[in-house]
Amino acid sequence: MKLPRAWRQPLAITGGVIALAWFVIALSAPLLAPHDPLAQELPRLAPPGPGHWFGTDQLGRDILSRVMYGARLSIPLTLLLVAMSVLVGGLLGAISGYFGKWVDETIMRFADLVFAFPTVILAMVVAAALGASLANAVLAVLVVAWPAYARVTRGLVLGVRQREFVLSGRLLGFSAWRSLRVDVLPNVTGPILVLATLDIGTALLLLSGLSFLGLGAKPPSPEWGAMVASGVEVFDSWWVAAFPGLAILTVVLAFNFLGDTLRDALDPRTARAIKERAL
Amino acid sequence: MSIKRPPAPGDDPKAARREPGRRGARSPLARFLVRRVLTALLLAVGITLVTFVLTNLVPGDPVAANLGQRALGDPAIVAQWRTEHGLDKPLPEQYLLHLRGVVQGDLGTSQQSHRPVLDDLADSVPATLELAGAAILISIVVGVAFGVVAALRRDRFSDHLLRVLSLFGISVPTFWLALTAFYVLFYRLRIAPGSGRIDPGLTPPPHVTGLYTLDAALAGQWDVFSSAVGHLVTPALVLALYTIGLLTRFTRSAVLEVLGQDHVRAGRAKGLPPRVILFRYVLRPALVPVITVAGLAFGSLLSGTVLVEAIFAWPGVGQYAYKSATTLDLPAVMGVGLVVGGVYLVINLIVDVLYGVIDPRVRLS
Amino acid sequence: MTLAISDLKVTLGGREILRGVDLELRAGQVHGLAGESGSGKTMTGLAVLGLLPHGARVSGRITLGERDLLAMTPRQLNAVRGGEVAMVFQDPATSLHPMLTIGRQLTEHMRHHMRLDRRQARARAADLLRQVRIPGAEEALGRYPHQFSGGMRQRIAIAVALACSPKVLIADEPTTALDVTVQAGILRLLRGLCDDLDLAVLLVTHDLGVMSAVADEVSVMRDGVVVETGPRAQVLRDPAHPYTRALLDSLPGETS
Repeated sequence: MKLPRAWRQPLAITGGVIALAWFVIALSAPLLAPHDPLAQELPRLAPPGPGHWFGTDQLGRDILSRVMYGARLSIPLTLLLVAMSVLVGGLLGAISGYFGKWVDETIMRFADLVFAFPTVILAMVVAAALGASLANAVLAVLVVAWPAYARVTRGLVLGVRQREFVLSGRLLGFSAWRSLRVDVLPNVTGPILVLATLDIGTALLLLSGLSFLGLGAKPPSPEWGAMVASGVEVFDSWWVAAFPGLAILTVVLAFNFLGDTLRDALDPRTARAIKERAL
Repeated sequence: MSIKRPPAPGDDPKAARREPGRRGARSPLARFLVRRVLTALLLAVGITLVTFVLTNLVPGDPVAANLGQRALGDPAIVAQWRTEHGLDKPLPEQYLLHLRGVVQGDLGTSQQSHRPVLDDLADSVPATLELAGAAILISIVVGVAFGVVAALRRDRFSDHLLRVLSLFGISVPTFWLALTAFYVLFYRLRIAPGSGRIDPGLTPPPHVTGLYTLDAALAGQWDVFSSAVGHLVTPALVLALYTIGLLTRFTRSAVLEVLGQDHVRAGRAKGLPPRVILFRYVLRPALVPVITVAGLAFGSLLSGTVLVEAIFAWPGVGQYAYKSATTLDLPAVMGVGLVVGGVYLVINLIVDVLYGVIDPRVRLS
Repeated sequence: MTLAISDLKVTLGGREILRGVDLELRAGQVHGLAGESGSGKTMTGLAVLGLLPHGARVSGRITLGERDLLAMTPRQLNAVRGGEVAMVFQDPATSLHPMLTIGRQLTEHMRHHMRLDRRQARARAADLLRQVRIPGAEEALGRYPHQFSGGMRQRIAIAVALACSPKVLIADEPTTALDVTVQAGILRLLRGLCDDLDLAVLLVTHDLGVMSAVADEVSVMRDGVVVETGPRAQVLRDPAHPYTRALLDSLPGETS
């Protein structure tokens, strides 16, 4: 799992720097932002210029400040979302793989059904049914996100379960729970980590997509997807939608750069293919 | 939302059940198809159940979403509305009624449009299929080509460039890209036509398939055809960008994996021309995992239509789903779920059949 | 002399893997190439066909008749590969294309190299399968590799190699991946084909037992050079080089 060499490449470094920059912005938005993100104190729909480098929206709010404060919403919520997906999906997958039989059948068929729907449509229905709010949007994305982890964890647990040290633990009379926690868990964390890193981008895209549709964050809130949506109404003033969109793009890109590098570093298949240079 | 790992090109999918030298009495392909269709039917019932449960067990109240404030205050009107829409019966009975309706081709009446859901869907599904179909075609052609180039030029400049480009493709928010494309190509540069499926001055072609491009071509209305193609290009490209990125990455790793396999070296030892090695020995086995991903990518395209159709005013399922979800129009939502799940099943079936066509080990086991 | 390798050197990633290999193959004779793994015997075989890994640098001469294979353009070399020089690989489970019928794999290079039409190529393919003793040759043409056992697959791979009537056959550990019970059959087949078709065979193997069963000439490789060459009886019974002796001594019950 040591990969200092693999990380020493432009893609990973670029991704790391961008992600780090966004963390800094999110943490210190109150210090960095030139204006109050909710204050309607500037001329309306002013193009980017001195005093408001990203322009202002139709209510005279500073877009730069709103984009910065948006990081405080989107980034922690996305991380929380992925963490919850890992937890829920991982737990269900582990139970499924460990106990097998009808437990496995029930959980995995359910996962299949969720997979049968396009993510946005399912999440949209769930979000609409729960009522539009950012918290419900997170729940909706969670509903569509967990099966991926359940599948991966189940597969890994099935593989590990048959190994000798797990079997011998059971023979020694350790409880199922104990062997799941002590023997199985440490062996599945690596691959799950890769999946989760790659998933941060997807989760943010989905979450901001729901807000864009009006099923997530509510108006004054400086959520990026909702900001793009408000830009649709005044798309003549391109800056209203452009900058929050770029914010989403850069965050997603940063995590995809990191995740892609991580996958290359951990995926034995790719590694093997690189070794055997054939054509 | 993550893509499940496709089978490796060299994996023998049914290795355990392999029986050397034996063939079934009936056509193996026919049995393979029957088995797939049965599984698909089972999943179809599951889909109706999930859409039903989902739309009923959640706290949103369709009565509140559909009746005005004043009507809500009158218990008689509320009760009448509930009876009208069958909401007064117990849930299992509602489900069975719903299922019977589905089998008879009755998906209920939309509470929004007051038209049969089936009619609404008949109008919107072809529009989305045209858009998503064009996007998946573009994605497969471009994505596979990019992936092959990246694999063959591994670690050189073009490989690195394609890697960054494909990561960009999977990172761009679709809704924002749609808006930006609309603004730049239509509003600023005026090189793309505006929203909708054809120019407003034209009459849609006679309805045959519902796909305007195809129908116009069949009717020989070339002005309508070129207008329909023109309107299709921009939203299809916007939709395709994500799947192009996805397919480029997967094709690259699949081709790299096959390149390292013995049979490729053996093929070269036979002195076959490089073109034959590339297509028959490398690309064909590599296509097996690529097809899986292309099938899954189609699902993400359908997701994308919800966001893209809104911007381009494309009268498809995405917009219909959005309207019905936000108004909690239950029959419409269930109809969309059924259609979308059905599309998923058909795509899966196509993917499975293509597996069988490409890899005899699937077909003959 | 059909094929002569002289002073063959191969460098890969800064390491010299072959350090001046000399070998001579004669028509109608099996030349065994022995040595432990990593000694460079497989690389020698691959170098003849120009199939070395990406980035390998080669020098020396590999002459087939009057022509130097190493000086050929890729196009010229491609005409020789599968035509005059053919190869059988170690594991028939992976070296045959899993998705093409046996008939297709037997005929595709025939049609390319020998310009046969479909019917002629199929007829010859069936003949070849009979020659390597595959039962039901006609029917076997329509089947796929996974429908055959390991030994049968290797016979098919040999038939594929023989399809364009090569002068030289390079067999890289052709029995290593097979069950012990079918190894002898494959070796007998190779020996018989060598005699009947007047082939020059290079049999690469780490197994001296295999060697003593079929080889006419034996070369022993170590660290990228051939340390000893000679007739089988002489090399195996009276080895001149201490390394050969050590190899033989490590075989239980094979000395004497």
